[in-house]
Amino acid sequence: MVQRNITEESKLVGRSTAPALTGSRIRQRRSALGLRQADLAKAVDISPSYLNLIEHGRRRIGGKLLIDIARALSVEPATLSSGADATVFDALHKAASDLRPALGAEPELDRIDELSGRFPGWSGVLTQQQKRIIALEAMINSLQDRFANDPVLAEAMHEILSSVAAIRSTADILVREPDLEMQWRARFHRNLHEEAERLSLRATQMLRHFEQQGESQDSSVSTAQETVEAMFDAAGHHFPAIELDGATAIEAVIDRAAGMEDRAARDLALDWLRAYAEDAARLPLAEFAAEARKVGYDPARLLHMGQGDVALILRRLAALPPQPDVPEFGLAICDASGALLFRKRINGFSIPRFGAGCPIWPLYTALSRPMTPSVTVLSMPNGLQFHGWAVAQPRAIMGFGQQPVVNATMLLRLRAEDESAGSKEDLPIGPGCHVCPREGCTARRAASVLT
Amino acid sequence: MTNRILLVEDEANILEAITFILSRAGMEVRSHGNGATALEEVKRYAPDLIVLDVMLPNRSGLDILRDLRSDPATEALPVVMLTAKGQAKDRDTALGLGADAYLTKPFSNSEMLEILKHILAERGTGVKGGGAG
Repeated sequence: MVQRNITEESKLVGRSTAPALTGSRIRQRRSALGLRQADLAKAVDISPSYLNLIEHGRRRIGGKLLIDIARALSVEPATLSSGADATVFDALHKAASDLRPALGAEPELDRIDELSGRFPGWSGVLTQQQKRIIALEAMINSLQDRFANDPVLAEAMHEILSSVAAIRSTADILVREPDLEMQWRARFHRNLHEEAERLSLRATQMLRHFEQQGESQDSSVSTAQETVEAMFDAAGHHFPAIELDGATAIEAVIDRAAGMEDRAARDLALDWLRAYAEDAARLPLAEFAAEARKVGYDPARLLHMGQGDVALILRRLAALPPQPDVPEFGLAICDASGALLFRKRINGFSIPRFGAGCPIWPLYTALSRPMTPSVTVLSMPNGLQFHGWAVAQPRAIMGFGQQPVVNATMLLRLRAEDESAGSKEDLPIGPGCHVCPREGCTARRAASVLT
Repeated sequence: MTNRILLVEDEANILEAITFILSRAGMEVRSHGNGATALEEVKRYAPDLIVLDVMLPNRSGLDILRDLRSDPATEALPVVMLTAKGQAKDRDTALGLGADAYLTKPFSNSEMLEILKHILAERGTGVKGGGAG
């Protein structure tokens, strides 16, 4: 599908060679005036067959003949020969012919040159829109295609329906046959249990498949945030060059990353890496990593290094080099509206890219208690437990008597099963309402697709 | 006379449930889980009706149906296809190939029983019994 898009594009551009374009403009202008090839040929004193060759781009023309033809067609010679706006001309022409059935009035095809000459800006907008429409159509086709023909999805759906069919039939027997023999009853109960297990496994596999699909979208479907996130993921959220040389290394890091030809992605990457460099300058790696190791990577025991900046400690822990003895950390940063600004994913704790997470997350509750760091044991519905350290801090001061701009930061670390929770109780949370199976949750704002 | 039903389906727990239901309804049931050898089983068992799943290991139920219909010995044998909900294409293909009825998974037991009984009654109950048992 993407291939088709490229072909469409190259068709647009490929026809911009001068003779073909000049010829087609002559042909269009001539038919707009209601002239036959023979009439025009006679007027400029050439044979109709030669004019035919010109009109089909087989003969290059210029000089006197071009001027004669232009005069016969009552246009400026430049409008027939100019190659500069050839792509604009073709795109406008294509836009008009694509949309013609839906338009009330006929577009003035014979006045495309006049349009692009008098309104180059508007023509540019139309041209870009036409390109965008083609690209979007190609993308919709590709997504539709993927959805309809995804073999993994089809297989998963078949298996899920099989399990559901078995469960339905078996449960029906158990309910409708009150005098069922013991051995049959036991057997059907066992079957039910087996199918329920399979069903939950298959559903999880399918969700994972969707998640991976989302992650492997090609760049035309990605936002700047996704592209930059991919860059951070690929680097393990640790950039040795910036740790070593500071902000001067940023450009080189970005140049090496994929997808950075997109301006928006590049700007965003610059922002994030500048913040990274600033953090690295304030808490140099060697010293911080040594201290962190000494205290078992416990943020509470590293606070003295941050000189009051708790979020800095949390960010630096998440940026430690990925090494076997360094625990895996997840990180989420949001602004006061709850919009996610940055995330470092961690297995077992889904932080949604779009839409909100779970309102009970300390990330959000921290917003109502600025400058008050919290630590909580978080229990996900999948049974995994995480340590969650969170804090909301002003990111910028707007001025005297004004509210500061506040960001919240949450650091996550998997809690080992044998770890004693101390006197602290765990907080049952979820991955966000749509995919959260918890029933009777007072914080629920939307139904779950799982229930 | 007892009706003989051949269940061609590879999901063990569905098989067990259907077998139970049909047996309770007084039918004789044999099951077969392999698409590749299903036709041989039809010849051996000579059922009065086949319940045939579309998605089978080794060979599609639709291919099996096509072969059944092109063999004079089995062309009139009643076949009820099991298709997955949402696979309208499979259902249409099955009916086009001459399936007598179709059931979409997940189906209800009573609906299945009703369809089978109806088809068997139309064909004259149990008149085609015979062969090995």
